[in-house]
Amino acid sequence: MSAYIVTVSITTGIYVILAISLNIITGYAGQISLGHAAFFGIGAYASGMLATKLGAPFYLCLPFAIVVTGIVGAILGIPCLRVKEDFLAITTMGINFVVQAVFLYVPFFGGALGISNIPVPSFGGAEMTKPMYLTMVVFFILVAIAVDGWLTRSWAGLALASIREDETAAEMSGVNLTRFKVVAFVIGSAMAGLAGSLYAHFMSFIGAADFGFPESIVILSMVVFGGIGTLRGPIIGAIILGIAPELFRPILDYRTLVYGAMLVFLMRFQPQGLLGIDSFIVRNVKRLFAKEAA
Amino acid sequence: MLAQQIVNGITIGSIYALIALGLTMVYGVLKILHITHAGVYAMGAYLGLWVYRLVPNLFVAMIAAMVLSGLGGILIERFLYKSMLDKSRIVPLIASIGLFIAMEEAFRLIAGPYVKAFPVHFKVKPWIFGSVRISAPQMLVFGVTIVLLLFLWWMVSKTRMGKALRAVSMDREMADALGVATDRIISLSFFISSALAGAAGVLVGVFYNSVYPTMGDIPAYKALAIIVLGGMGSIPGTLIGAFLVGIAETFLIGFVNIPLPRDALAFLVMIAVLMFRPYGLLGKE
Repeated sequence: MSAYIVTVSITTGIYVILAISLNIITGYAGQISLGHAAFFGIGAYASGMLATKLGAPFYLCLPFAIVVTGIVGAILGIPCLRVKEDFLAITTMGINFVVQAVFLYVPFFGGALGISNIPVPSFGGAEMTKPMYLTMVVFFILVAIAVDGWLTRSWAGLALASIREDETAAEMSGVNLTRFKVVAFVIGSAMAGLAGSLYAHFMSFIGAADFGFPESIVILSMVVFGGIGTLRGPIIGAIILGIAPELFRPILDYRTLVYGAMLVFLMRFQPQGLLGIDSFIVRNVKRLFAKEAA
Repeated sequence: MLAQQIVNGITIGSIYALIALGLTMVYGVLKILHITHAGVYAMGAYLGLWVYRLVPNLFVAMIAAMVLSGLGGILIERFLYKSMLDKSRIVPLIASIGLFIAMEEAFRLIAGPYVKAFPVHFKVKPWIFGSVRISAPQMLVFGVTIVLLLFLWWMVSKTRMGKALRAVSMDREMADALGVATDRIISLSFFISSALAGAAGVLVGVFYNSVYPTMGDIPAYKALAIIVLGGMGSIPGTLIGAFLVGIAETFLIGFVNIPLPRDALAFLVMIAVLMFRPYGLLGKE
């Protein structure tokens, strides 16, 4: 594999983890978040700063980033419990702007210069090569899928689905709204923190601009594009929209236009997403297999 | 100095009000977050500039931009949102964001990525009261805002159409069942709100003497913060929110040296207000 393909695969893999994590908050628990990049950024900064300021090894930075982002997710999840639906969407967007501004304007976080010279993780005494890094990213994607699978099969997953479908009915049936919303926020944020740590040690330089509101929109678009509320949807969405900018390189000047138009047309004609529940593709694949079985 | 800051704050607040009012009206009738509204605002600025170059009369340019933006708003509602009303609320949101991105790119490809000047020469001299100076462009902003707000107030509270509009925003299905032509009212509200956005686009273009593809970026999220602050769908709440944010920003820049950009501050205020009033200042549960 050429270095170019490996690099694109690593960044796309990080997007896959981000899409899976946002899907837990927005797809399973139904809490629309327009600020997921904030948690991605918190993970990246936590990991990068621990590595550069204290010289900690990657294997310490990664769990640290997960824990810090999970805690911040819990803290920021609490004000989010006060507000509902569209108010929540705008509140999370506001959180994204505030977090980004803190990174950009507080000297402790490197200000406009960001954090540079984040070391590449070592493995077996030597610096990790890019294919090794890709293997590690794939490993963490599998971990994310396992967490997702555990969550959807557990009682908590059922509780989250009931909150998504009808909050009042869920509360009446004895589901503790506060507890399960915070659970969703913590798991989703911690997983975004993991992605942030992987991103920081791969890029070796991070700045506040990487974690702004447009980035949140990119992640949310991936989730919705592939099919929100399923596991396969966010993965496929992240892969397609993660590679799309590279595939559209020949039409460089028009690629953002095409990206926007793709979102519009998919939502207009296939609002469940490409592989969402009861989408055109899923329906036809099911029909195909049903015929073979018969 | 203080009075001058208030005047400047009201100028910014007027522009925010024109943009946010349309957004709140759309939210009132359809309950969707209409991000593309900021694209319509930028489109209004471009259309105004284009007409102004053909006919160098600001009044004509303003009316043309408003009418064309309004028609654009109706198209967006008919072809995009209409089929999405029974879907999950994230569907129109993503479609709206996608269209906004596509519109910005279209402006860049058609008109070029550069800042275009909107050169209007005012023959009016600035008014000076003691230490307060109101420039001709500021007078234009105040004048247009007052006229449009009065018209909106008259339309919403004194006409049959306004009554129907209020009925639809209270309960769309019930209004439909009682014989209100909801489709027409929804189109009307999109026309009015997009026309207001178009007018705001022209005003900003003239006021800052610049029109550029991404001029809708900041209004896109700041108008959302304002309508949330005011209580989504509430017209008086939105007005209070717009002027509050406009004046607060001018003061913070003028007097206090806070190490946060003013856009983040608007959101900080919004989040703080939401903690005590989760449905905004004048919002209802």
